[in-house]
Amino acid sequence: MIELKDIHKSFGDVEILKGINAKFETGKVNLVIGSSGHGKSIMMKCMVGLETPTSGSVIYDNRDFTHLEYRQLREVRKEIGMLFQGTALFDSLTVEQNVEFTLKMFTNMTPAERKDRVDFCLEQVDMPGINQKFPSEISGGMKKRVGIARAIALDIKYLFCDEPNSGLDPVTSRLIDELLKSITEEFKITTIINTHDMKTVFDIGDDVIFIYEGNNEWSGKVKDIKTSGNEILTRFIEASQFH
Amino acid sequence: MKKIVGLIFTAEMNFFNQFGKYVLFIMGMFSKPEKLGVYIDRTITEMNNIGIGSLAIVVIIAVFQGAVTTLQIAYQLISPLISKPVIGSIVSDSSMLELAPTITCLVLAGKVGSHIASEIGTMRVSEQIDALEVMGINSSGYLALPKIIAGLIMIPCLVIISIFLSNAGGILAGEASGILTSEEYLQGARASFLPYNLFFALIKAFTYAFIITTVSSFHGYTTRGGALEVGASSTKAVVYSAVAILFSDYLLAQLLL
Ligand SMILES: Nc1ncnc2c1ncn2[C@@H]1O[C@H](COP(=O)(O)OP(=O)(O)OP(=O)(O)O)[C@@H](O)[C@H]1O
Ligand SMILES: [Mg+2]
Repeated sequence: MIELKDIHKSFGDVEILKGINAKFETGKVNLVIGSSGHGKSIMMKCMVGLETPTSGSVIYDNRDFTHLEYRQLREVRKEIGMLFQGTALFDSLTVEQNVEFTLKMFTNMTPAERKDRVDFCLEQVDMPGINQKFPSEISGGMKKRVGIARAIALDIKYLFCDEPNSGLDPVTSRLIDELLKSITEEFKITTIINTHDMKTVFDIGDDVIFIYEGNNEWSGKVKDIKTSGNEILTRFIEASQFH
Repeated sequence: MKKIVGLIFTAEMNFFNQFGKYVLFIMGMFSKPEKLGVYIDRTITEMNNIGIGSLAIVVIIAVFQGAVTTLQIAYQLISPLISKPVIGSIVSDSSMLELAPTITCLVLAGKVGSHIASEIGTMRVSEQIDALEVMGINSSGYLALPKIIAGLIMIPCLVIISIFLSNAGGILAGEASGILTSEEYLQGARASFLPYNLFFALIKAFTYAFIITTVSSFHGYTTRGGALEVGASSTKAVVYSAVAILFSDYLLAQLLL
């Protein structure tokens, strides 16, 4: 479980996050929704340590991530996988080397064991047999899947995805959604997904938090989202075609 | 007037601010490596990129620079009072002391520096550096340190090759133009050779290698934005490295000669 306690984040005088409190449960697909520019990506960056919150703390199963020493921080980071909006695959490395990367850095596996693990991860994302291709040689949807394979190469406990299906066609989007859902349930990880896509929300979401102007405007179960009684959230959902 | 003072003051503050960040960047690279083997592999790859990758251009520059210097010195010193071996000693000394290390490294600042800055800058703007950080890897150490070590090993080697080849170029030009024979050239070169000069050339080479690799890595690493900014960083890397090389050239000459 990941807990956010009163996270504030400012750039200069501009306060982007204005005190976010939230809980993300293990084994569930937790969705973060909200309009463009309201702070979803910044919140995720604060959670994984790419940005330092101005105040507040991020707690990974009783470990206060924001106030850990370097060594302990690295231990937590090995349990985190992240799929970036632009996938951020290492473009000088092949697909296999990308997926193998954390295994090589952090485990004492033999090359054969690593190869097995890479093949297993690529199979999980339904992309077997593209080991020797470079990221520039595969499509956007394939990159996302390789990105997921890379994120789950180590036995992770937390998976972060920033807009996993932006820029993808509806069919591929659904495939990625299903994939994230099944990985979450199969490996009992805490998954957090930033999205605009209400179809994703209704298809695979368990819990939802709605970010509006840097505040946690509403949070709850997906099934309650249409009957929330929150005006801003209702408007947000009505703006999408699912209501 | 006030405005000008203000501008100079901000420029100065900017410079110290940047310099402070540069020092912090270098200090931040040193942490216990996750896997030593991976770092050694990367260093060897970079040694190949920097060293072997720049060999051709270094060879060409060295030979021509030696040849041209020989012709020019001969042209300037044309007089029956001056013995021909003097030409050899002047060419070999100036190659070793200044031309081979400084010219070679200025060219390497362009070639190696822009490559390092654009490679790391692209990784920054496409979030690959963020990906490394999330994985728990010290990204500056992982990306820049192997390049710096590779530079510190290979650039002095290139400078030594350059010293050697500029003398070869001098001999060739002397023979080809009939100005002086190779025996005369070598006689002059031997007479004026001081081991200290070679030591000085190597000190320069190490200093420049450090400047090129660290300044370029720093500019790449601190890129913000997109493709346009990567181009800008790569230009900045070359300009700042070149200026720093010339500045330290003067400083080293002042201190060590
Ligand atoms: N480094 C930065 N410096 C200053 N402001 C920033 C910085 N990064 C982001 N912002 C601002 O923070 C706000 C929130 O950005 P964020 O990327 O979190 O939005 P988002 O909710 O993820 O939007 P989208 O759905 O479009 O990805 C934006 O208004 C943006 O301008
Ligand atoms: Mg975003």
